[in-house]
Amino acid sequence: MNAPVLIQPNRIAGKGRLSVADPMRFTFDGKTLPALKGDTVASALIANDIHLVGRSFKYHRPRGIVSAGPEEPNALLGIQRDVARHTPNIRATVQEVYDGLEATSQNRWPSLKYDIGEINDVVSPLLSAGFYYKTFMWPRKAWDKVYEPFIRNAAGLGKAPVHKDPDRYSSQHEHCDVLILGGGVAGLSAALAAAKNGARVIICDEQPTFGGALHFDTDIVIDGMDGFSWAQQAMAKLAAMDNVRVLTRTTAFGYYAQNYVGLIERVSEHLSAPSADLPRERLWEVRAKKVIIATGSIERHMVFANNDRPGILLASSARTYLNHYGVAVGKNVGVYTANDSAYAAAFDLKEAGINIPAIVDIREHPNAELVAKAKALGIRVLTGHGVMAAGGKLRVSSMSVAPVNGGAREVIPIDSIIMSGGWTPSVHMFSQSRGKVAYDAAKSRFVPGVYAQDCVSVGSCNGTDDLSAIIDEAIKAGEEAATYVRPNTSQVSISIEANGGNAWEGTLIGAAPGAEAGKVVKAFVDFQNDVTAKDIRLAVQEGFQSIEHVKRFTTNGMATDQGKLSNMHGLAIAAEALGKELPEVGLTTFRAPYTPITFGALVSHSKGALFEPTRKTPMHESEVAIGAVFEDVGNWKRAWYYPKGGEDMHAAVNRECKTTRTNVGMFDASTLGKIEVVGPDAAEFLNLIYTNPFLKLGVGKLRYGIMCREDGFIYDDGVVARIAEDRFHVTTTTGGAPRVLNMMEDYLQTEFPHMKVWLTSTSEQWAVIAVQGPKSRDIIAPFVDGIDLSAEALPHMSMAEGTICGVPTRLMRMSFTGEMGFEINVPADYGRAVWDTLYEAVEAADGCAYGTESMHVLRAEKGYIIVGQDTDGTVTPHDAGLDWAVGKKKTDFVGIRGLKRPDLVASGRRQLVGLKSIDGRSVLEEGAQIVEDPNQPVPMKMIGWVSSSYWSENAQKPIAMALIEDGFNLMGKKLYVPMANEVIEVEVCKAVFVDEEGGRLHG
Amino acid sequence: MLLIHCPYCAEERPETEFAHAGEAHIERSTEMNALTDEGFSKFFFYRDNTKGTTFERWRHIHGCGRYFNAARDTVSDKFLTTYKAGEPKPDLSKLVDDQTNAGAKS
Repeated sequence: MNAPVLIQPNRIAGKGRLSVADPMRFTFDGKTLPALKGDTVASALIANDIHLVGRSFKYHRPRGIVSAGPEEPNALLGIQRDVARHTPNIRATVQEVYDGLEATSQNRWPSLKYDIGEINDVVSPLLSAGFYYKTFMWPRKAWDKVYEPFIRNAAGLGKAPVHKDPDRYSSQHEHCDVLILGGGVAGLSAALAAAKNGARVIICDEQPTFGGALHFDTDIVIDGMDGFSWAQQAMAKLAAMDNVRVLTRTTAFGYYAQNYVGLIERVSEHLSAPSADLPRERLWEVRAKKVIIATGSIERHMVFANNDRPGILLASSARTYLNHYGVAVGKNVGVYTANDSAYAAAFDLKEAGINIPAIVDIREHPNAELVAKAKALGIRVLTGHGVMAAGGKLRVSSMSVAPVNGGAREVIPIDSIIMSGGWTPSVHMFSQSRGKVAYDAAKSRFVPGVYAQDCVSVGSCNGTDDLSAIIDEAIKAGEEAATYVRPNTSQVSISIEANGGNAWEGTLIGAAPGAEAGKVVKAFVDFQNDVTAKDIRLAVQEGFQSIEHVKRFTTNGMATDQGKLSNMHGLAIAAEALGKELPEVGLTTFRAPYTPITFGALVSHSKGALFEPTRKTPMHESEVAIGAVFEDVGNWKRAWYYPKGGEDMHAAVNRECKTTRTNVGMFDASTLGKIEVVGPDAAEFLNLIYTNPFLKLGVGKLRYGIMCREDGFIYDDGVVARIAEDRFHVTTTTGGAPRVLNMMEDYLQTEFPHMKVWLTSTSEQWAVIAVQGPKSRDIIAPFVDGIDLSAEALPHMSMAEGTICGVPTRLMRMSFTGEMGFEINVPADYGRAVWDTLYEAVEAADGCAYGTESMHVLRAEKGYIIVGQDTDGTVTPHDAGLDWAVGKKKTDFVGIRGLKRPDLVASGRRQLVGLKSIDGRSVLEEGAQIVEDPNQPVPMKMIGWVSSSYWSENAQKPIAMALIEDGFNLMGKKLYVPMANEVIEVEVCKAVFVDEEGGRLHG
Repeated sequence: MLLIHCPYCAEERPETEFAHAGEAHIERSTEMNALTDEGFSKFFFYRDNTKGTTFERWRHIHGCGRYFNAARDTVSDKFLTTYKAGEPKPDLSKLVDDQTNAGAKS
């Protein structure tokens, strides 16, 4: 297709490093625009003379591009690759253009130029700092219907994506000797020095190309070549070394304990058609022996009236646009500065043919050489002057200039203003490492002070201004780091020759002339959160003294740019209003992430099926085959019920319960926790861990055991089998296995280390099939060898070893249903085969498989507790009606003393009892509260709650268990369960609903 | 993420391999049954919650499985030392000196 050549009005022929041979197209708010390969969205927009790119958050003021880097507060766009790939709040100054990129402005309706929300700017006196806390207080009733919907509607920047994130993300751990954050002059010098000395180095930079300030500072010559070319060569040299990893487009976002640094690499965000093999982003979790911080510094804006008008931007950013991207920010550019750097930018623009009507410098006596050079270039310099206000709305059109000490205003027409309030060292990473900053009063800046970790700052983030000093400092740091991690290597010295860098002087923090206290102007400190100098003074006036409080009240520095431009200004204005020195007011805390990062990168592969492991029992597939419905129990998939012929859960459970009691049922109990306790002192050890006596438990016998914590509350329960004198097979609840093993290990290792006992988790090693019901013995008998299954040889609560279906088994005669039953332990690998064989026999006998729901009902019919359902961490064995399980003659066990605590022996404790619904049909809700008198005024005194409740098909009535104050003494008493629409009458009973004598166990 | 030195493995390993296990050097009485109410509550409920150097237990739960003790500064999050269960509390003054020296060196 032969598209017409589109003109880029601000692209300057012969300037910049991009090639016209690589044209690209992208759209902004639906309009197709030309760009060059290597452009950011911001540089391409400016090339097309577009500065207006968004509306501000609160006042909906027109906003433009302020910077050329990650500090950008204003130019946040929605970037869309396709329907599913829309990302809001992307900084136009960071996003590289790829062919076909779609960018959309935000926070405006119906369009960028005509925005309804602009009314907020007019009514702004109502929206001063803290307006949230004041405006929406009254009337209370308006909150739900008016205020909250209004705030929700207005809140947030950009549109959240509606589709599931289709991209892949990757993550990687990496270890190195020296991690270098930043690829400017300092970082590259340090990397060369460290790498030449044999250190394993990682160097990262957030930009696509290394060089940092060399992107704009074309006055610098290093090793005989222009600075930017030197940087590319240095980077290539490093990349070619085996001991160096060079990461571009990689932001160090967080500095954590012990030199653990998080990096995000944007792998494919800049590509037009990324390969499906590439992740979108990669998270690097780096552990470095030494970190060299070379993060540079960030230029500040000037705080003057209407300083937010589109077309007003940072001086060195304008220089980046010109010298790197070949783009002029305007045709007629005004300069407002307190720092020398703006002169360099003005000179470059002027030399590129851009008109510079005036440099306005608030300093009375700026650097004479610079002033002379300006004059020589034909630029008017107004020293001791300030810009009192910017004119224009959708684009700056003029600057109103006056002497700082007062005097007549002169209005100078311009189409752009470049500004510099001086430079703020980027101490973010240093500060995140918990280092303490020190205040450099001479230059009004915070620099690294006391270090907390093994790191060192070099270059302008360290407050070092002179180019040669920066290089020397960086080389020294690189060499020392290498020697520090590899002390036996002989040192190689390197030298780098640099000329031409200027140490720029001059600084202004706080409001510029014309925006001082008392002036009713909108001079923005924080662009993104619409915080003006006036707002910060208001916060102080309203009594906020701490900078942390001022920050939260005004939201200064709380936007996605984290105050990279605004923090120092905000601090200075607050200090002035408080009448304090700046360091006394203190700096707010720097927190990770340095720039916004995606959740996708943090989550990486840990999502969907890989979010957490799914545990399936060995019999899982067989259960699927017979139609089981599963429930999640912790990480386990457990068969919940087995519906047949269109049964619902209720019908299936009724059938399963009935069949098990009248015939036979089988159940997959493999998820039970299992611990093998072995050693000469094993019985002694269990005797201390459980409340029950264990010393006299015979070999081949089982015992139901309760485990308490030291405070006397039930921790877990389970059946323990004695396999041999010195060997026990302990079972725990399904969820309790890890914590029980942990507690046992704790006591064994730290309190009873003299005991010869070994603990091994065997939960995964044994598959467990429970066969329960009057016909259970008949079902299994044909398959069992080497075990006498008769009631005399293998009574209830005993076990034997033999084989089943030819597979070795620990066969336990036990029951969690109240019926005669067996729990068949076989090695996990045989679980499915044994299950399949037994299931065939069970089916042939008109028995059934039952799931966890029926298991719950069957055990509740017998009043057997489930720890965690019928106990809640405040229930003692006595409360649960299990006093018999506490060894009265024992002199010690875990919990023995706790059980005697005054509160635990006091009367009126909640005790586990049964409940009958008097109407014979109402199934109570688990968790429902119980009261003595339903007619008492609200709030009623609640005397307990329902812990388990089911319909019992076997008892033909609802059954429930409940923890009720003094419950054991309330047998036969009528109580009430108030529900939303009715009050259910219940009667307290023993928690046994089927076979109260327990005869069925012993068939 | 912290790096923790397991005194049994004699290795520094990432924090995710470990589980914190509360304050160290709280001994369970061999005569639990004879403890007074006050004695029990001191043993079970009361903890120092020190700002500064604290002695605490860790378990190398996803490693060797052993419980051990550590001296850690709760302000800086720095481990002063780790040592095996059953060993006495290390001499704090010496540890703090070692740290200061180490800090001065780097």
